[in-house]
Amino acid sequence: MGAPKKSLPKALSSDDPEELARVPLQAVLLADSFTTKFRPITLERPKVLLPLVNVSMIEYALAWLESAGVEEVFVFCCAHAKQVTSYIENSQWRSQPNFTVTTIESHNSVSAGDALRLIYERNVIHGDFVLISGDTLSNMSLARALQDHKDRRKKDSNAVMTMIIKRSKPSSATHQSRLGTEELFMAIDPVTKQLLYYEENANHLKGTLSLDKMLLVDNSSITLHNDMQDCYIDICSPEVLSLFTDNFDYQHLRRHFVKGLLVDDIMGYKIFTHEIHSSYAARIENYRSYDTISKDIIQRWTYPLVPDILFPGNSPTRLDRQGMYRASEIQLSRSAKVGPLTVIGSSTVVGSNTTVVNSVIGKGCTIGSNVLIEGSYIWDNVIIEDGCELRHAIVCDGVIMKSGSRLEPGVVLSFKVVIGPNFVVPPYSKVSLHQQPTVEDSDEELEYADNSSDTIHSSTKGQVDKLNGGSSSDLSEMQQQSIPELGLGGMGYIWSICEGCHEEEWKHSVAPIPPEKLTEITRAIEDDLDIANMDRNAPASSGELKPDTQVDSEDDENEDSRDDSVYFEKEVEATFLRAVNENIKVDHVILEVNSLRLSYNMQSADCAGAIFYSMMRLASQLSHSTASELYKNVGSVVGKWRKLLKSYLPGKDEEIEVILKFEEICLESAKELSPLFTQILHFLYDKEILSEEAIQDWETEKADADESDKIFVKQAEKFLQWLREASEEEE
Amino acid sequence: MAMDFQVVVLAGGYSKNLAPLVSKEVPKALLPVANRPVLSYVLELLEQSNLKDLIVVVEGEDAALRVGGWISGAYVDRLHVEVAAVPEDIGTAGALRAIAHHLTAKDILVLSGDLVSDVSPGAVAAAHRRHDAVITAMLCSVPVSGLTEPGSAGGKDKSKKPGRYNIIGLDPSKQFLLHIATSAELEKDIRVQKSVVRAVGEMELRADLMDAHVYALKRSALLEILEQKDTFQSLKEDLLPYLVRSQLKSEIPVNGTPPGEENGNEKTGSNNNQILLSRILSNASKPEFHQLHELGHYGDTTRRTHKCCVYIASESKYCARLNTIQAFSDINRDVTGEANYLSGYTFSSHNNIIHPSVELGAKTTVGPHCMVGEGSQMGDKCSVKRSVIGRHCRIGFNVKIVNSVIMNHVTVGDGCSIHGSVICSNVQLQERVVLKDCQVGAGFVVVSGGEYKGESLAKKEK
Repeated sequence: MGAPKKSLPKALSSDDPEELARVPLQAVLLADSFTTKFRPITLERPKVLLPLVNVSMIEYALAWLESAGVEEVFVFCCAHAKQVTSYIENSQWRSQPNFTVTTIESHNSVSAGDALRLIYERNVIHGDFVLISGDTLSNMSLARALQDHKDRRKKDSNAVMTMIIKRSKPSSATHQSRLGTEELFMAIDPVTKQLLYYEENANHLKGTLSLDKMLLVDNSSITLHNDMQDCYIDICSPEVLSLFTDNFDYQHLRRHFVKGLLVDDIMGYKIFTHEIHSSYAARIENYRSYDTISKDIIQRWTYPLVPDILFPGNSPTRLDRQGMYRASEIQLSRSAKVGPLTVIGSSTVVGSNTTVVNSVIGKGCTIGSNVLIEGSYIWDNVIIEDGCELRHAIVCDGVIMKSGSRLEPGVVLSFKVVIGPNFVVPPYSKVSLHQQPTVEDSDEELEYADNSSDTIHSSTKGQVDKLNGGSSSDLSEMQQQSIPELGLGGMGYIWSICEGCHEEEWKHSVAPIPPEKLTEITRAIEDDLDIANMDRNAPASSGELKPDTQVDSEDDENEDSRDDSVYFEKEVEATFLRAVNENIKVDHVILEVNSLRLSYNMQSADCAGAIFYSMMRLASQLSHSTASELYKNVGSVVGKWRKLLKSYLPGKDEEIEVILKFEEICLESAKELSPLFTQILHFLYDKEILSEEAIQDWETEKADADESDKIFVKQAEKFLQWLREASEEEE
Repeated sequence: MAMDFQVVVLAGGYSKNLAPLVSKEVPKALLPVANRPVLSYVLELLEQSNLKDLIVVVEGEDAALRVGGWISGAYVDRLHVEVAAVPEDIGTAGALRAIAHHLTAKDILVLSGDLVSDVSPGAVAAAHRRHDAVITAMLCSVPVSGLTEPGSAGGKDKSKKPGRYNIIGLDPSKQFLLHIATSAELEKDIRVQKSVVRAVGEMELRADLMDAHVYALKRSALLEILEQKDTFQSLKEDLLPYLVRSQLKSEIPVNGTPPGEENGNEKTGSNNNQILLSRILSNASKPEFHQLHELGHYGDTTRRTHKCCVYIASESKYCARLNTIQAFSDINRDVTGEANYLSGYTFSSHNNIIHPSVELGAKTTVGPHCMVGEGSQMGDKCSVKRSVIGRHCRIGFNVKIVNSVIMNHVTVGDGCSIHGSVICSNVQLQERVVLKDCQVGAGFVVVSGGEYKGESLAKKEK
């Protein structure tokens, strides 16, 4: 992979400041969202090529970059890379003056972090650059934000990134923005606009935000925001790329990079925000944002990126009254009612007595008579026969809906699906010709399960083969299988809604939130408030405890961190077990645990505790019938993973933590270990995992404890005494 | 001011953390600031706002007698003051609980008797009424105490601790109090309720404001909470944080209606709710966040809120509380220094006040920002800088007094040097005593040649 480095144009890498100043504005466009939100559609076509109001998403992104003065764009393609590359090759972007689009293909990147590391390796970025993902839509002017960024850089070379934000208050009921993204909490310095805290995907059960107290020592005032939306447009300095390379465990731009910089701030790197007020910027993150942004385009918030203004990739469309856009060569029946805020693509035929409201219909579609289309997105070459009903659905290219079939709100029909006559597709169903990937696959943070295939067709086959675990299933077989699923002559699989996301399905759907859900949510908010109040009030109102705020809030704090540490422990255990089963190298496990540690904001001691816990659990789960066999198990597990544990034991405090954890394990999760406590403690000492000082300090720490807490100190008394004597002798 | 406000001044008792400054004869309220009791500053401030009906609450019968005696002498025709004695160490909330039966007005204004300020309490009361708040707290800038002149000795006092008193969360209009962290909480990470940030959208957290312990309270709510939460001891540490925390899920009866009894209008309410909810979901322009939150609800329970407001004093105003020894020195210095308009005296052209009856020896200088009380005498070659000297003190030859407070009837022997210290009444310093950053309790005798630094000298109790 190092090869491309040499083939660099030498003129651009000059260090001369004059030369550098003339470096054209560059942008990196990630043509892969590294998520699976648009499955099943994205199994067949990359997200950036999906039509948004009849124009591929990437066109909006490129059109904006061009208008914002970017001269060189690197399109990073990963999933379906060939499709993206060939799309770019054949687009008008190749022939634009002063605007070059270069594609970079990668087949083994699984995250934005990988992408940026690869771009760093290629050494193509020479100055500040704009980083966006290919599903971003904006009409903002970059000049101001860029200037601010550069000015800040001059004063402080640590100001490596400027994040564009926009005011948008999430609904107080659903805790999500109108784009369907989770609510975001940020803390910003009101004067410098420096970003000080960033929390998305907040745990709703946790009623409080916890900010580092140092924030208010360094600044006399900070502003907490719940009313800002992250536009996912970043102006970055080249250091950002090297930071990703230095921290090879950074994957996600926000979860790892931003959080890493804010929390672990070792080098003092800073992120700043730039708020845009009147211009538009949004990212199509999920189906709900697809719906919202489509409507914004139709309502012209994104001007000049609207259907009736030509930009590369757009086809001529005329704007009629009430926000109706019509392309050329449309055949509309006289009795068809095409309502406001509707877009109809070229060569589309609409039959008699058909109603189309708040919807987008693509090119070359055939819509029969007496059809109702409401709030739906119908892509190209779709055939909808007479009497069908569609409400808040997305229908991809080549779908056939037989007469009288019906789509309930929230349905997504992927490419070429056929719905049998009079069949009713239940709400929130996702239908695809492909079977749902197995759970392990969807675990990966990939937009698409497979990205090496060249064409849609071969990808289809490869996909299915892979997903069925090698069992050959060709399309005809599939059709037969799926007949009962989608009615007579139907083609496709209804994906089962995955566990866990079942509850959330309505959140990210194109369909509006049903009223009964709202009732449910508001009730949940009440509880939420209760929690928020309860955890601090309970002691005071019960009258049993003194209203000592210190005691209260400490309890409170423990409560929260306990939550976190329980999840953390579970994740570490899962990682560890996987490492054991798949025989993963210790170094890799350390990497994984480190990234967990980062995302949960844990200390070394927590890691050590969690790993030790996982080891003991494993040992006690391995088959054994006697205590000595169990001890042997412990010995072999500890022996094998000693290095892993040791890497989280930099000092005495962490070692003490392990002993305390061990006590807890013996008392709670693996009681059978408790008779072996001393033996194992001795073993850990012999293996130089625990130091003499740590064990002695533990004993001292326990000196004032309750009798019930001293069981293990007593059990280990002889060993402790031996230790003491040994150390005295040495002296 | 015709507002229906009842004023309660919490004057404390023999505050232990002010030992050895307070004594049996001098409870906290009577500690001198520029040679008059600290309590007089609050009383005159209230008088200026035309708030003349006061209850002064003093901890301990004995202290109450002394405070009451002084008030009736000093304010006989000016104020209508009732002095109430409450048991010691029951806290500020406890004190209000103890005098609850005296509270009759719709709103109560509670001030601390150790406040030295020129912020109008009337303005706090007005802000409270304007918002129909449950509580309105006065906030002031964290004191930049000490001297502003560069290179002065007072500067080093500040270096001890950067002023951190509270962490305060405000809405963008800076009218509502959304978060408050006090004392012990300040040492920990800042924990903010998400529900409040959600309701408001934007919250400003500030460390440069402090709760000045001036509160306007709705009486009905106050009494209800004092009764229900019988473990609440402090207004500042318990009651205020509780009200702030629970503002979006109020447990306080509105105008005396206990919770659960105002369900009469629920049906119409739920209709409004639907309309308002749709407005919330469509991100329409927002009314006040409390209202929004109250109505932005969709179900069978009624959500109630109450308002916690703030009155933020202008940065140019002076505001300090005499609750530590450090504060005692700082306030005395300020009131004779740059905040001398608070003292009520007219300063001389040398920017000091020397009572006409004072006798100064030859070559004795009294610098600017000093005060020497009635009947005091000083020997030759003395030097007094930035200090307050009380009444009838006898000061010998060649004495240096810098940055100190000397109360009444103090005898200072020849050649003494007093820096940054507080000398209480009837103390006797024999010759050549050197004191630096010391407090000497009432009636104590420091024998000649004694040198002390940073010590508290006092007679053994009883």
